[in-house]
Amino acid sequence: MKLIISILITALLSFTAGLYLPWWSIAPAALLVTVLIHQSPFRSWLTGFLAIFLLWGCMAIWIDIRNLHILSGKLAEIFPLGGSSVLLVLVSAIIGGLVAGFAALTGSYIRKR
Amino acid sequence: MRLVPLLVSGVITIGLILALNRPWGSVPPLGSFLSPQHGCWQNAEPVDQSYSLDLDFDALKEKVSVYFDNRMVPHVFAQNDHDLYFVQGYLHAKFRLWQMEFQTHAAAGRLAEVLGAGPDNAILNNDRNMRRLGMVYAAKNALTVMEADTTTKTVMDSYTAGVNAFIENCTVAELPLEYRLLNYVPEKWTNLKTALFLKYMSYDLSGEESDIEYTNAKAVLSRAVFEKLYPIQPDSLDPIVPKGTAFDAPLIHDAMPANADSAYFDWKEPVHIQPVAKPDKDNGSNNWAVSGSKTASGAPILCSDPHLGLNLPSLWFEMQLHTPGSNAYGVSFPGAPAIIIGFTDQVAWGVTNSSRDVKDYYSIRFKDDSKQQYWFDSSWKSSVINIETIKVKGGADVKDTVAYTVFGPVQYDASFTGSGRTKGDLNLAVRWKAHDASNELRTFYELNRAANYEDYLHAIRNFSCPGQNFVFAAKNNNIAIWQQGSFPAKWRRQGDFIMPGTDSSYLWTQKNMIDSTQNPHLINPERGFVSSANQLPTDSTYPYYLGGSYNLYRGISINRRLHQMSNITVNQMEQLQTDNLNVMAETVVPALLKHLNAAGLSADEQKYLGIICSWNFRNEPKEKAVAIFNNWMRLLESEVWSDEFANVPKPYEFPTNYTLVEGILKDSAFTFADNITTPQVETLSDVITTAFKKAVPEIAKAEQEGMLEWSKYKDSGIRHLLRLSPLSRFHLTTGGGADIINATKQYHGPSWRMVVHLTDKTEAFGIFPGGQSGNPGSKYYDNMVNDWSKGAYQPLWIMTEEDASNKQVKYTMTFQK
Repeated sequence: MKLIISILITALLSFTAGLYLPWWSIAPAALLVTVLIHQSPFRSWLTGFLAIFLLWGCMAIWIDIRNLHILSGKLAEIFPLGGSSVLLVLVSAIIGGLVAGFAALTGSYIRKR
Repeated sequence: MRLVPLLVSGVITIGLILALNRPWGSVPPLGSFLSPQHGCWQNAEPVDQSYSLDLDFDALKEKVSVYFDNRMVPHVFAQNDHDLYFVQGYLHAKFRLWQMEFQTHAAAGRLAEVLGAGPDNAILNNDRNMRRLGMVYAAKNALTVMEADTTTKTVMDSYTAGVNAFIENCTVAELPLEYRLLNYVPEKWTNLKTALFLKYMSYDLSGEESDIEYTNAKAVLSRAVFEKLYPIQPDSLDPIVPKGTAFDAPLIHDAMPANADSAYFDWKEPVHIQPVAKPDKDNGSNNWAVSGSKTASGAPILCSDPHLGLNLPSLWFEMQLHTPGSNAYGVSFPGAPAIIIGFTDQVAWGVTNSSRDVKDYYSIRFKDDSKQQYWFDSSWKSSVINIETIKVKGGADVKDTVAYTVFGPVQYDASFTGSGRTKGDLNLAVRWKAHDASNELRTFYELNRAANYEDYLHAIRNFSCPGQNFVFAAKNNNIAIWQQGSFPAKWRRQGDFIMPGTDSSYLWTQKNMIDSTQNPHLINPERGFVSSANQLPTDSTYPYYLGGSYNLYRGISINRRLHQMSNITVNQMEQLQTDNLNVMAETVVPALLKHLNAAGLSADEQKYLGIICSWNFRNEPKEKAVAIFNNWMRLLESEVWSDEFANVPKPYEFPTNYTLVEGILKDSAFTFADNITTPQVETLSDVITTAFKKAVPEIAKAEQEGMLEWSKYKDSGIRHLLRLSPLSRFHLTTGGGADIINATKQYHGPSWRMVVHLTDKTEAFGIFPGGQSGNPGSKYYDNMVNDWSKGAYQPLWIMTEEDASNKQVKYTMTFQK
């Protein structure tokens, strides 16, 4: 339950921060949540990772569907991801997730200390 | 104690952020690039996105309404010029900001700043070339006169303010994708950038000459042979002004310098310079106007299709610009105010390139390597030394010293020999008409308000460079064409080769310009049409030397058809504009077949010969004969000319295709068929047969791969300006080709096709190969490409303010104070 709530709060906080701050605001947002809501290091990492993986992934999917994959297909060839929109969504989500995951992990250690 | 894990995970987090916040080689900063709230995903426009907006800008005087129709063409209704061009600037920026800036960076020699030096310094060399050609110098000169004219100053200031209004308020979602890919941000727009954009078009259309190539040919070939290989006028010419038209006596005479024979014609020094990125020789166009006497409706029809490099985002942006005192519809250049090719309520106009030679090179003798003094008219004269600083992405700044002489900048010298790194034993200064101050923008401003022939003539008189053939038609049934520009009155062959730079007698200046009233023109001719297709404007009775390099066959095709036609409809004009008849093939194939020695041809050779024999000379997409013919001609060219050019230093150019064709038609009188390096005498029949046999293996290979059909063989495409394949459109099904009215080559061709029927209520049709949006994530990025390939047209909606509630209005933008 704590995990799910933490994930939701992290995602919400990151989304709000993202409206005004640079992309890396997901890191302080994830860190803040795991400082305030204590969980084990692994669950903290999972909180950060899943929160942003889902946030970025869902946003990207939403944008991509409304765009009928016009742009994602092209970008997935430039990068190159074989032209696969799904892969571009996954890469985006994983990159955001990793940053937030380690920020959240850091937060959990701050709390422990 | 959890300090160690804290530190470790803290370092990993910060390391990840830093690594993802910076570019790696050509990979943009992935964190910001992939963040759905910040990065590339923001460019993925919802396909049902609304473009309706209400915007407020203090700079505006009154309210402006912009109505977008279902083709995303904005119809701008403003109350005054200032607001009109402000909104045009804003819309250009909103839909095309990246290309506007990129093209002006290209003009200013600043591409390395955003792209890096490139493989083998190709991009850096390109930048150096543009700077050494004096592009910025030319733009600044033009800007001085454009800003001295209060009308064009207002137009430019308003346009610049509009572009900047977009840039200043550009949200993260609106930043064009290319900035994200290349990791930079737009800078402020300036009037100089507008001038640079216009100079880029001058470069594209008047930056092509063959002075170096001809000089090398002249270094080896005798004068008699040179005249035969590069004749001044083709036999089959059908000029813009019909043959036999009488011309007035010249108003100025330019005498050949006394020492021209020794110092110019017989000067045999070759040039080891490889010009960088020459504009395409086929940058040209078709245009024509038919009088009501030849149309079914009795109203004139005007057609225009400019042939340029085919890129995405598209070169053109279609618009209607309306104020209480003006109403212009057509295509505009993102980067410059006004409509460039289009029509008003009363008249229509179009342009083709004049192809005249207004760019010449002079060999400069410097006193020493400092280049501070050069020998000119029997004394040492001081040059102006300009140090160019080129910023290079991911590298140190590069400094380049350019000496300016009385002729212009020294483009080539020991430190810069173009793209070939050969010895720089010559200092070549460039004299280019585009360097001289002129106000071409004034032409378009006035054309956008023209109501009759006098207005048109007044407008185009401002146009200096690049010389254009302005075709015109008015609702009162006047049709006209003027070759307009400032052209130097040259003596025969002046500037065809590199000229001595030590002597003012070879220099042309403002004093040597042909009076505009003597420019070739044709007004309301009895034949009922005027036309141009980059051919020579007149026959040799025109009292001035025309120089330049010209197309031949498109002009012949157009004039022949227009002569034959009567009761013309819009539909027939569309068919003519997309016509695929290959007049060169029609002219030469019978002669080739006559000379071909068919005895002893293999089965394969017989088969391909059969395809040529049954060809109707049309370059249709599915036709197999075109590739066979083209290869045959290419190899024949090599068979015929290679021996003559064996000792000519590179770079050189073979004679034009029509010189070869006309030579073949001369039959046995054509002595160049003989290979001068062999003891026996080769005949036309020998070289034509050899060339055919040599062409067959490549043709057979193409057929095996299923690529022999013309469309597949040519493989047309429209490339993104950054040459990124996924943002380009390849493998289009198109016919036509070089020298065909439908001038679609692989990456070059009709960049806008327009047919305007000047009935009481104007009917117009058009299309360009791309879309209105410059955003690769928009469905309007390339939505017209398929129709364009097919040769289809779309009706242009000429809107009135009363149409605001019409169903065709899809989105509305309002701009107010």
